[in-house]
Amino acid sequence: MQKNDNQESTQEEEAVPGMQQLLDNPFMLLFLGVMFPTVFYILWGIMEIISIPAVK
Amino acid sequence: MAAKMFRQCPDSGLFFHKSAESLMKAHAVLGVVYLLVGGFLGLLVALTRMPSLHLLSAEDFYLALSIHGTAILIFWIIFFEMAVLYFAASTLLRCRPATPAFGWLGFLLMVIGSTLVMVAFFRGNSSVMFTSYVPMPAEPIFYLGLILFAVGALIGCFIFLGTLVIAKQEKTYDGSVPLVTFGALTAAIIAIFTIASGAVILIPTWLWSLGFINHIDPLMYRTVWWALGHSSQQINVAAHVSIWYAIAAILFGARPMSEKVSRTAFLLYILFLQLASAHHILADPGVSSTWKVFNTSYAMYLAVLASMVHGLTVPGCIEVAQRKKGFNNGLFEWLKKAPWANPVFSGMFIAMIIFGFIGGITGVVMGTEQINLIIHNTIFVPGHFHATVAVGTTLTFMAITYFLIPVLFRRELIWPTACKWQPYIFGGGMLILSLFLLGAGTLGVPRRHWDINFSDALLQFQFAGTAITMLGIAGFGGFLAAVGGALFCLIAVGSLVFGKRLDPGASLFSSFGFPMASSCYNVERPGKLGLAPVEQTGDGGVQAKGTFVLALVFLASFVVYFFINAKYLSSIWPMG
Ligand code: HEM
Ligand SMILES: [Cu+2]
Repeated sequence: MQKNDNQESTQEEEAVPGMQQLLDNPFMLLFLGVMFPTVFYILWGIMEIISIPAVK
Repeated sequence: MAAKMFRQCPDSGLFFHKSAESLMKAHAVLGVVYLLVGGFLGLLVALTRMPSLHLLSAEDFYLALSIHGTAILIFWIIFFEMAVLYFAASTLLRCRPATPAFGWLGFLLMVIGSTLVMVAFFRGNSSVMFTSYVPMPAEPIFYLGLILFAVGALIGCFIFLGTLVIAKQEKTYDGSVPLVTFGALTAAIIAIFTIASGAVILIPTWLWSLGFINHIDPLMYRTVWWALGHSSQQINVAAHVSIWYAIAAILFGARPMSEKVSRTAFLLYILFLQLASAHHILADPGVSSTWKVFNTSYAMYLAVLASMVHGLTVPGCIEVAQRKKGFNNGLFEWLKKAPWANPVFSGMFIAMIIFGFIGGITGVVMGTEQINLIIHNTIFVPGHFHATVAVGTTLTFMAITYFLIPVLFRRELIWPTACKWQPYIFGGGMLILSLFLLGAGTLGVPRRHWDINFSDALLQFQFAGTAITMLGIAGFGGFLAAVGGALFCLIAVGSLVFGKRLDPGASLFSSFGFPMASSCYNVERPGKLGLAPVEQTGDGGVQAKGTFVLALVFLASFVVYFFINAKYLSSIWPMG
């Protein structure tokens, strides 16, 4: 966790890999973290529940 | 001239911003208040479930159970987590918090909300337990209180995100955010989903309690509610795992074995942990097996994989750090020579072991659709989650508090001997409670049940004598855990009031959310957080031999336990 204060940043020039770009983007992560459960758990679940035929 | 708002802790080197620090303190202290209330009622609940004592009346039992679950699972943990978020964003990134005034608004909403819920409980007409399943009605202020509390927490999450943005703009750090901050981000993201789901279901339920809506479908309620109920537990997992990494770094100077692997594991949490909410609906009709199996198997196993990665890399990085210091003999010298008398370490390590071995294994086993039928709604379930949330999360939070009292509050801990023993008393008591609740549940004892002797029921049922004995032992474990919990509260509050001041600027008020004397804040802008030295790759896995052996033991226990349950299922539910 703790980082070294006097270390010079040497990696600035290198291209940042795609995965790291994703991990460095909090709002993209937020989007994914809300989308996944909303689609697979909530929306899918609710669709199944409302498609149960009603008994009259 | 910009004001000087930061101070650097001379013991830890950490930078604290005046407003963020006050917010951390206020949230943490309020959390401990709810831990005290909830823990005391937990004791009464446990003593009622002990058949020989059967302490409370039926009505008081359900009241106590409702308060226990809500105060401790929701209020204690979320208040403390807000403090963790401020710490992970402002202190670790050396950044001013975004909109601290809104932070206080959020805090105020959480205080008002939780107070309303407590008032509703004590008025006696809202003993609906923390799940508040419809159509069981609570008073409108109960739901309103939960909603206000959630809005307050949501504000805290957005301030966390805002602080990340400021830190990036003002370039307070180089490269990526530290792993602990990344873990806290995971927690905040899951929290936002959790709170949104809560709003979707609790706002209509509130309107229903006021008479504006006349029907809420129970299955719909349960499905959406568990997106809140389950995901909120995953906020805890992300938060306590982050603290494990923090403690490994603080105490051992340990660096993550691989930033890449640990961050990817957190990403698996973000994507998949919340889908496992479906394991609470496994016994419900109306949703298909496809939905259940997709969410609880495929998705959940990916999240479990992530937990196993953390379970391997946290002790692994400690092992590597210890071996570098020369504790290199045999498989386990690094562990034997760990600071077992320091509650920051012992608390964290006990939390990790019990979380993984008991909470993790029982969780995966009962998340299996078929096996779930053996234990659904039995007291096995509280057995499982006291290992996860009462030991895994709560004991981890206790452990980091022992670090924060000197560093954040600038007070010395009182009663060093009691501090040394507290994690063992609490962890040991909880271990007994958990194991024997698991045992009694396997024999069919229901959860949330006031009288399993059915003394005045028309239809009689007799549980096995072993089950009754196990509940008795569980009660003893609960008592021990309550002693450990009370000790923690005494030490924490006692240190804040009577502990020796480590900084002349610390006052009684500054223990409870006010800033310290302004002369303490003498840094205008902390130095930039630099990049960590480049990882040494390659030998980490080989160096952590002891951890590897622990992992194999874990795997073997898991396989054996899974097999036993599958066998048991086949015997109580014969096929063919
Ligand atoms: C002081 C130590 C504690 C004792 C003796 C204790 C005891 C118990 C017992 C015996 C039950 C089961 C009641 C039943 O189903 O009939 C229970 C339920 C529960 N406990 Fe604890 N517990 C303690 C601490 C904690 C902590 C630290 C947490 C979480 C952070 C926690 C969270 C819960 C929750 C969420 C329930 C479920 C309530 C419900 O079914 O509505 N407990 N506790
Ligand atoms: Cu769950």
